[in-house]
Amino acid sequence: MRGRTARRLVGSAMTGVTYGAAALAILPLAAILGMLILKGAGSVDWNFFTKSAVPVGEPGGGFAHAIVGTLIIVGLACAVGVPIGVATGIFLAEFGGGRFGFTIRFVADVLNGVPSIVIGIFAWTWLVKPMGHFSALAGGCALAVILVPILARTTEEMVRLVPNSLREAALALGYPRWRTSLQVVARTAGAGIVTGCLVAVARVAGETAPLLFTALGNEFFSTRLLGPMAALPLQVYVYAVGPYDEWHRQAWAGALVLIVLVLALSLVARAVVRAKRQHA
Amino acid sequence: MTDIPATVLEPEAGPQPTAEERWRALKTVSPGDVVYRTVLTVFALLLPLVLVTIALELGVNAWPAVSKFGFGFLTHSTWDPVRGEFGALPLIVGTLYSSLVALVIAVPLALACAIFLTEFAPRWLRAPVATLIELLAAVPSVIYGLWGIFVLIPLLRDHFWPVARHALSWLPIFSGVFYGPSVLAGGVILSIMVLPYIAAVSREVLLAVPPSQREAGLALGATRWETVWTVILPYGRAGIIGAVILGLGRALGETMAVTMVIGNRHEVSASLLQPGYTIAAAIANEFSEAVSDMHLSALFLVGAVLFLITIVVNAVARVLVWRVARGSAVGSTAI
Amino acid sequence: MTPPPTQPVPAPADAPQATVPRLATDALTAWYGTSSGVRDVTLAFRENTVTALIGPSGCGKSTLLRSLNRMHELVPGTRVTGRVLLDGYDIYEPGINPIQVRRRIGMVFQRPTPFPTMSIAENVAAGLAVGPRLSRADRAGIVEQALKRAALWDEVKDRLRESPLNLSGGQQQRLCVARTVAPEPEVILLDEPTASLDPSGAAHIEELVQELKREFTVVIVTHNLQQAGRVSDLTAFFYLGELVEVGPTTRIFTAPLKPQTEAYITGRFG
Repeated sequence: MRGRTARRLVGSAMTGVTYGAAALAILPLAAILGMLILKGAGSVDWNFFTKSAVPVGEPGGGFAHAIVGTLIIVGLACAVGVPIGVATGIFLAEFGGGRFGFTIRFVADVLNGVPSIVIGIFAWTWLVKPMGHFSALAGGCALAVILVPILARTTEEMVRLVPNSLREAALALGYPRWRTSLQVVARTAGAGIVTGCLVAVARVAGETAPLLFTALGNEFFSTRLLGPMAALPLQVYVYAVGPYDEWHRQAWAGALVLIVLVLALSLVARAVVRAKRQHA
Repeated sequence: MTDIPATVLEPEAGPQPTAEERWRALKTVSPGDVVYRTVLTVFALLLPLVLVTIALELGVNAWPAVSKFGFGFLTHSTWDPVRGEFGALPLIVGTLYSSLVALVIAVPLALACAIFLTEFAPRWLRAPVATLIELLAAVPSVIYGLWGIFVLIPLLRDHFWPVARHALSWLPIFSGVFYGPSVLAGGVILSIMVLPYIAAVSREVLLAVPPSQREAGLALGATRWETVWTVILPYGRAGIIGAVILGLGRALGETMAVTMVIGNRHEVSASLLQPGYTIAAAIANEFSEAVSDMHLSALFLVGAVLFLITIVVNAVARVLVWRVARGSAVGSTAI
Repeated sequence: MTPPPTQPVPAPADAPQATVPRLATDALTAWYGTSSGVRDVTLAFRENTVTALIGPSGCGKSTLLRSLNRMHELVPGTRVTGRVLLDGYDIYEPGINPIQVRRRIGMVFQRPTPFPTMSIAENVAAGLAVGPRLSRADRAGIVEQALKRAALWDEVKDRLRESPLNLSGGQQQRLCVARTVAPEPEVILLDEPTASLDPSGAAHIEELVQELKREFTVVIVTHNLQQAGRVSDLTAFFYLGELVEVGPTTRIFTAPLKPQTEAYITGRFG
């Protein structure tokens, strides 16, 4: 039997260790954000948002093509993925009690764990290969496959937060189930569902791997959905692994814009979810 | 009989529908409900459909490589697209090795974070710290890669290794010359990336431990740490293992950051200091530039291997985590 | 002499007569899986009458109430045997659409359930949305009428477009009453409507029940015996899933026929 003091000491030491671990875990976030601001902020100027890439050696040039490309590709992903994800989420919350619902839930979670590079291969075989060329559309679809399971699960959680009493009140008024579900339950969960979309968008907006052989990337400004298109994370990747200092400088700037976009979306979403959960 | 007050029903003016007619009017069908449920079900069915399609696509396209190389594909280490010879051993070893390094670093830290957030941190500190840790999960992979190239690798090469060399270089896993891009760099980057997942899911698991367990430990005179170590962690063990496996799944499939720092060389080496390669990185680098059909098929095959591993890993993790936090969407999102 | 609790219920083939109760149950048993929540209840609910269902909690009174407008079956694994007769015709007959039934038999719940995304006026009109199409003016008229019947009009007439969540609990419950009466059902079921309200809110609802009686057949479940005494004309006492006794409220409270009833109303259990 160890003495009481010794036990206390171990306890205090381990408490200290957990404090240290938490600090150590947050350190990279601080280091990354600090570095992005340090190295990137200087290059985020007017040109950065208005000009597209220029050949190496020429001054100027920016990320306009990549920013617009990301907006278009993520927009496509939402157009394809949001209806599927929201519908699946509502299905899981409203009818997902049985074995079938359990299976869908399980598949959603497993699909969420499939590496994004594999999703890229999937989109390549289904869209790029048959069409014969890389396209923003294929990139959008690849991101949609990543978006759907995330959105389905957050939507499910948000719809579940709607009290059953509201559902019963609508049914007691003679509402059919579908109107109850859409006009009362889903509408009440509306803010939460929008939040789920933000979370999912934040997640896919930073994805690079599934775009490598779908949207491919593009040095020029393009809005053609059926042609290769630039994207912010792709451009950051290309510039980061490239050999030129000018590219590296721009990669940091691009990364800064990307992370501001992603973290802003995540933080807004988190704030709404917090409020929702406390309200329910 | 007299208990019931007699009620007089006044016949209303005009041709009112009779009770029977009004009753018949109740016999309607609401096709909307059937349509609604069917539509939702069809949408929901898309998920398993996609999963199965991915599996089939990988299988069909990988078949030429399977029939040519057979089982040897997994055990050979030559990867020569020009001569059409493919062995995936370096990729598989590199994938597992870098993920292992990541877990060795991340698991103790993540667990300590989860314990900190549920047991030791002052209440006002819990939410902000949890938010910061989870924001780590929201940072895009490519940004980790960028940071890895320009910050982490120089740090390891110029500051960590010169100091650590004297203490560690006798170990086989630290042999050879250290240039920077390496399994070590890949593992460290991965550990930063999977830590928030493991911490977040472990935290949910620990939160799901009933307060009665905690109180029972404290009532027996155990210190808070002893309660954590002897009561709470064992109670949540299945869920914590699930969390770790979930982190493993993330690490195995992570692409961009690893590609950018691991060195991308088809070689098997025991040394963490040497460059390596992972399945995801090889696909990222070679897929759109595959020189032959067999090259492409070999990439599909490694993709299939990765897919299979992550499916199994995720399924196991889900089952373990679900057992603790029943059915909730724990860890399925980055929030 | 023990009089039978209710009149014999006419079969649907009979032509509806003046004596046919608006709503009646015939050997009604409501099941949860293999156990029954309420067993073999035969009971009539008359027009312009308030019938109170009382009994200790778990006695099946709420289950019975929810069987009357086919809400009981919404819980998975439940079913109902026996008949519920609306104007003498069985609403559990195959082919009857429960959605239509619920438009003729409205319900108010224990807790106020205003729809949070709709305004006060939209809440009142919610039940009209599933009925025949109405002009804007007609709908506004019905909303006003319903709010007046629920004695809420004066309090909310200037903020019809505001959220119902700003109303007090009692006001919210009266809003739910207005929402229930707006589509002109024939029967109104109230499931412990004052359980979550403060005394003044509860008093408002009780007055309201007396008003509703003029136009509707009212059934109220309550665990508050004083309330049953104040608002109801008939009282049915349930114990362990069975109907023990039914009769005029004054008689039930002054001269109960069954010992269990007496035990309950004198406060010996429940």
